[in-house]
Amino acid sequence: MRRVAIIGVGDTEFGELWDSSFRDIGIKAGLAAVADANISADMIDALYVGNMSAGRFIEQEHIGALIADYAGLAKSHIPATRIEAAGASGGLALRQGFMAVASGLHDIVVVGGAEKMTDVSDTESAVIQSSAADQEWETVLGATFPALHALMARRHMHEYGTTREQIADVAVKNHRNGSLNPKAQFKREITRETVLGSPMVSSPLRVFDCAPSSDGAAAVVLCPLEHAKKYTETPVEIVGSGQASDTLSLHDRKDICTMEATKMAAKRAFDMAGITQKDVDVAEVHDNFTISEILAIEDLGFFKKGEGGKATEAGLTAISGQIAVNTSGGLKARGDPIGATGLAQAVEVVTQLRAKAGKRQVIDAEVGLTHNVGGTGATVVVHLLRRV
Amino acid sequence: MKVGIVSYGAHIPRYRITPEEIGKVWGVDGKAMSKSLMINCKSVPGPDEDTITISVEAARNMMKRCDVSPKDIGALYVGSESHPYAVKPTGTIVAEAIEAAPHLMVADYEFACKAGTAAIQTCMGLVGSGMVKYGVAIGADTSQGAPGDALEFSASAGGGAFLIGSEKIIAIIDKTYSYTTDTPDFWRREGQMYPRHGGRFTGEPAYFKHVINGAKGLLDRTTTSAKDYTYATFHQPNGKFPTRVAKQLGFNDAQIKTGLLAPIIGNTYSGAVPLGLAAILDEAKAGDRIFAVAYGSGAGSDAFALTVTDAIESYQRSKAPTVKELNTNLKFLDYATYAKFRGKIMLGGE
Repeated sequence: MRRVAIIGVGDTEFGELWDSSFRDIGIKAGLAAVADANISADMIDALYVGNMSAGRFIEQEHIGALIADYAGLAKSHIPATRIEAAGASGGLALRQGFMAVASGLHDIVVVGGAEKMTDVSDTESAVIQSSAADQEWETVLGATFPALHALMARRHMHEYGTTREQIADVAVKNHRNGSLNPKAQFKREITRETVLGSPMVSSPLRVFDCAPSSDGAAAVVLCPLEHAKKYTETPVEIVGSGQASDTLSLHDRKDICTMEATKMAAKRAFDMAGITQKDVDVAEVHDNFTISEILAIEDLGFFKKGEGGKATEAGLTAISGQIAVNTSGGLKARGDPIGATGLAQAVEVVTQLRAKAGKRQVIDAEVGLTHNVGGTGATVVVHLLRRV
Repeated sequence: MKVGIVSYGAHIPRYRITPEEIGKVWGVDGKAMSKSLMINCKSVPGPDEDTITISVEAARNMMKRCDVSPKDIGALYVGSESHPYAVKPTGTIVAEAIEAAPHLMVADYEFACKAGTAAIQTCMGLVGSGMVKYGVAIGADTSQGAPGDALEFSASAGGGAFLIGSEKIIAIIDKTYSYTTDTPDFWRREGQMYPRHGGRFTGEPAYFKHVINGAKGLLDRTTTSAKDYTYATFHQPNGKFPTRVAKQLGFNDAQIKTGLLAPIIGNTYSGAVPLGLAAILDEAKAGDRIFAVAYGSGAGSDAFALTVTDAIESYQRSKAPTVKELNTNLKFLDYATYAKFRGKIMLGGE
């Protein structure tokens, strides 16, 4: 297996991008990544695109060919593939690209992710997002995506004494980080009171516990590590890649406070990299809800089960903390254009490892982790990246 | 030829409901909603009131204040998005009610919340060209907000009527300018009871873009700036938007205070700028300059620059109720009565 590097990254601002179409943002992020990698279009061997639900958000399927076409690559007839695993679509697309280069099949691969969510009403968007859960056993019975995460939050509070305030602290921290990220959807700091005073969505989760609907795209360019220095002074190696699945329904799990798929994907990535949690300086984790970040930092092995809330309250996950979590603002403040999210995480970690993150820079960051979740944890993809 | 407002009249239903009362039913923090929208209460049309009765009241008040013969009215246009009939004009009933029929042109207008100001522009053209001696422009609505929708906290009722002519003008319309694009921020299709909207899309790319461009377009074309005006009024879907847009354009609180009615009556849609203008004319003095920008979803803005003339001194304002007077003797409703008044209760088999 060949070693693989990220040689270019690109992304769009996340938010309500009413003046841009799906293809506009997809191309914008892709071109930015290609320019950053100092390659030309004719050097691209393959394209992977992470996208959850363009069919329902913009009534457009066949996304792989669409993006290749509008990127001006139709005449080169490159393989262009769309990858879908709900919220984990982006992370999974990155893994497909990684495997393609590692296997020796392709040399230069562009991996993008995009979602255009604000062309439908908020209600429609919520229905589409809930299709990541089990349609027959959860959604049809009225369990929305926030409701399922509310169950996890309630149980975590019951089992481990996690407080409502500690859960709110995830949003407070991520908004603070978002305020330092010019591309974040929300750039304003908030307080615990903002979260606890916001309208109820599904008890105990309130509006400020939930990531927003967003438009946005992100992309990376991959090549074999041995060629990477030809294109960039600052390549970042993908040292570990892990993917795992679990029951689609939340109620089929042994413990709804643990995402076994996160634990397994992390184990596989760490085993491949030959490093441990202690080596990680910066992590972008899947905080589609505040409670999700608490579960993530526990299941990834950064904190003991049940300690995630306390660690957040103590500031251990802040930029200057024990492990900097969601320096971009996370899904909560950076925004969550579903298919783009996994790649936006990679873009942020690469930016950190290149020491180009400005005011949110983690000092001497060498190793970073990305954690991308589909549904309530039925698909998880974890990547470990290291500065070369 | 100078064209302007010869007379005006207003009407606002006396019924009111508070955001707290609506919020109670839908599990929404009404107090917070009231604060964020800057709406303390909204007007509600009674069971016997609709856009026609509001238009008639406003037009009759307009006629009471002047000695113009209704037979000299050559045109009448009613702008509304809640015309009681899909087919059959509101305007014919209003024309008959003020005894202006049959020798006049009549039509109903619709451009979301700015159809009333579009009617003013039409009358300006007809009077200015000499086609008619007087034209009547009315903006009135009994706007619809679906139960539980954010709009329900603001959608209200009211209207204003203006007699446009070239003699005995109390306020000259110095210039008007419109800014129009195809922006689908808010719509109601044929047969639908309630409008739909694009949430936050109704803000920046819709209301703010069009009001600001309409205002700037007119300021540029009149080589004036905010400080040249005594009063300003803007379309007011709530209290917050016009306050914010005024600040962005350089108008201060004192300039917008008189014409800012949303906090006490809600969003009267096509009635909003006509009522704001009426409230200003209720107290304006000769020489005062007025700046007004209406906004209609879909989307466009109509901006007006007016100068109050000496004729206002002898104008008989007191012959009809002022906007302030229309906002007294109020009756507050509970949600159930409100739902009945607004036809929100559907009986089976209907």
